[in-house]
Amino acid sequence: MTRGIRLFGPWALLALLMLGLPTLFDSSFALTVLSLMGVFIIFSCAYNMLLGQGGLLSFGHAVYFGIAGYCTIHLINAVEDEAIWFPLTLLPLIGGLVGLVLGVLIGFVSTRRAGTTFAMISLGFGELFTAMTLVLLTFFNGEDGVQGNRVYEPRPLGISFGPEIEVYYLIAIWTFIATAAMYALTRTPFGRVSNAVRDNPERLEFIGYSTHRVRWLAFALSSFFAGLAGALHAINYEHVGFETVGVQTSGLVLFMTYIGGIGSFLGPIVGAVLISYLNASLSDLTEAWFLYLGLVFVLTVMFAPAGLAGLITMHEPLMRVDRSLLRRLALPYLAAIATTLLIAAGAIGLIEMVYHLTSDLAFDSKTTVFWIELDTEAPWPWIGFAVLLGAGLLAARRTYPQVSRIWDATVAEARARLLG
Amino acid sequence: MDVLVFSIFNGVLYGALLFMLSSGLTLIFSMMGVLNFAHASFFMLGAYFAYSISTFIGFFPALLFAPLIVGAIGAFVERYGLRPVHRFGHVAELLFTFGLAFLIEELVQLIWGRVNVPYRVPEFMREAAFSIQGLDYSIYRVFMLLVSVAIFVALFLLLTRTRVGLVIQAALSHPQTVAALGHNVERIFMLTFGFGCALAGVAGVIGGNVLGTEPAMAIQLGPIIFVVIVIGGLGSLGGALVASLLIGLVDNMANAFNVSFAPFFALFGITADLGGTWEDLARITSASIAPVLPYLMLVLMLIFRPRGLFGTRDT
Repeated sequence: MTRGIRLFGPWALLALLMLGLPTLFDSSFALTVLSLMGVFIIFSCAYNMLLGQGGLLSFGHAVYFGIAGYCTIHLINAVEDEAIWFPLTLLPLIGGLVGLVLGVLIGFVSTRRAGTTFAMISLGFGELFTAMTLVLLTFFNGEDGVQGNRVYEPRPLGISFGPEIEVYYLIAIWTFIATAAMYALTRTPFGRVSNAVRDNPERLEFIGYSTHRVRWLAFALSSFFAGLAGALHAINYEHVGFETVGVQTSGLVLFMTYIGGIGSFLGPIVGAVLISYLNASLSDLTEAWFLYLGLVFVLTVMFAPAGLAGLITMHEPLMRVDRSLLRRLALPYLAAIATTLLIAAGAIGLIEMVYHLTSDLAFDSKTTVFWIELDTEAPWPWIGFAVLLGAGLLAARRTYPQVSRIWDATVAEARARLLG
Repeated sequence: MDVLVFSIFNGVLYGALLFMLSSGLTLIFSMMGVLNFAHASFFMLGAYFAYSISTFIGFFPALLFAPLIVGAIGAFVERYGLRPVHRFGHVAELLFTFGLAFLIEELVQLIWGRVNVPYRVPEFMREAAFSIQGLDYSIYRVFMLLVSVAIFVALFLLLTRTRVGLVIQAALSHPQTVAALGHNVERIFMLTFGFGCALAGVAGVIGGNVLGTEPAMAIQLGPIIFVVIVIGGLGSLGGALVASLLIGLVDNMANAFNVSFAPFFALFGITADLGGTWEDLARITSASIAPVLPYLMLVLMLIFRPRGLFGTRDT
């Protein structure tokens, strides 16, 4: 019974959440962001099948996402022209098949090696397809991309998929199915062998597995789900542009997956939800959003390679020993978070003002940072933000080492209690 | 005939520029196992610094100072960014340099704006050095060629004839032994990284004003120098040189002689009359697929000879 709750509880919760969210946030903007989150949850989980579970770093996974999107739009247009008929609800499967076929073909060549070589080949294929979008114009239509209209007859149960809410539910259902399927895959022998290829390929070869075939299968399955996400993306926007195939999209899914955390199944989901939201809400507010995203990514690589999910799950062993141990960490954490906010506030203020100065779109020296109107020609805003940044950095020299000191002490004590 | 001569000249020139980038990249790769994704970003920084310096004190001081600054930034990045990440493995290092490339592009946009900057060839070097049947070849292009050749010769002599080069070559293949002999391998890594970035900076200074100095220049050139070092063979300097010239020549030839592939596709019954994507295929010319050619070569190389032309190991 409890085992059943542990296994199915989170999924029931997820289903409830997906059903209920549109009633809580029913604005058009919120629905767009929620749909986007669904698409990128599938995409980043698919990406993590490679990076997190298989240890394969790809710089070109958007190829399978984007080409599947193009095929989906062409199929929608074919239905529109009454050349063939296919239900819209099952189009993501076709997208997935396109991804699968491409993944089987390209994967055979590229998964013979892991590590750096694989990363380079994936980049090469990514560039190849990006360049092709400007050559094969009938299929890709160059920089304009292709359009489609997802509303077509017949309308089962009166659902036309015209309104955003109906598309949201289509995406939500597919997101649920795809994430459940990908989670189930991690539990199969294939999932375990895939982890083994990542951790110790030589030993696996000795046991008798072909590392190439395991990687190939992982790559093909990951491409299938990437294609599925790409089809949903195309249905959502009714447009696919050449940038969906390119390194920008590949980079975005890498950022989502890695910042969320590649060590656990939940990590990429967290990353996709967080970064989709920030991307949608911040890219209008600030020109420097990608700079901040890049900074967060580099800092994650340097200091928290397990990502956000990893930062949370590293407390689980402590919780199991004694919950009260966590209380000791609360104060140092608060101090560290406060100094981080101080540094961030100072740095963001300075970056925003520099952007305003160098921007061609600025008409005068006035700009708004943190809801306050500032004059970039006056010295005080600069001094103010510099002081914030300096104070934060000074404080961090005390608070950060304190966190690591108390963390080490707490872990040592937990270990001592466990052992005796 | 003159078209052939010109495309050879320009191809060699482009190849020499590619070699300046790929030589540093392949040195860093074979020594540290790090594929520096941000290498082309240092090339871009070289061009931007050269632009800023040349507006104040002229082109030739920029040719000296910009690579020095870029090299210093590279050494700094290695010491405080890459070295701490080293313990997480090669994939983490690759991720770090990918993030760095992204960051440098955003920072360049922050400082110099999102559109290209007017970084131009110095006035007196724009005149023709010689001309063949009415087509001029400017002094600047001759100068570029001379600088590239000089750098290649200097690099070759440095690596094969000096003590420093000896240590670097030894550190390429046997880092532990070199460390055991008392050399500071970490410092050698840092200096090599800085030196490689400075070379990329030189390429930026002399190439930026011809290719155009804009925030997208790194992302356009970066994948091509990856292609170069894979085709040449990872870790082989000679291979990098041959592959650079090969790609430079192929690119220029494809553009100069606009060969149609229609007869080739006609063999498979694909002609322009079929319409749609078939028509696109039948209408492909060598100029229209010139940007794709390096990647096609990469894929073919990986299928038929994964170690590259002169590579000694399958990474």
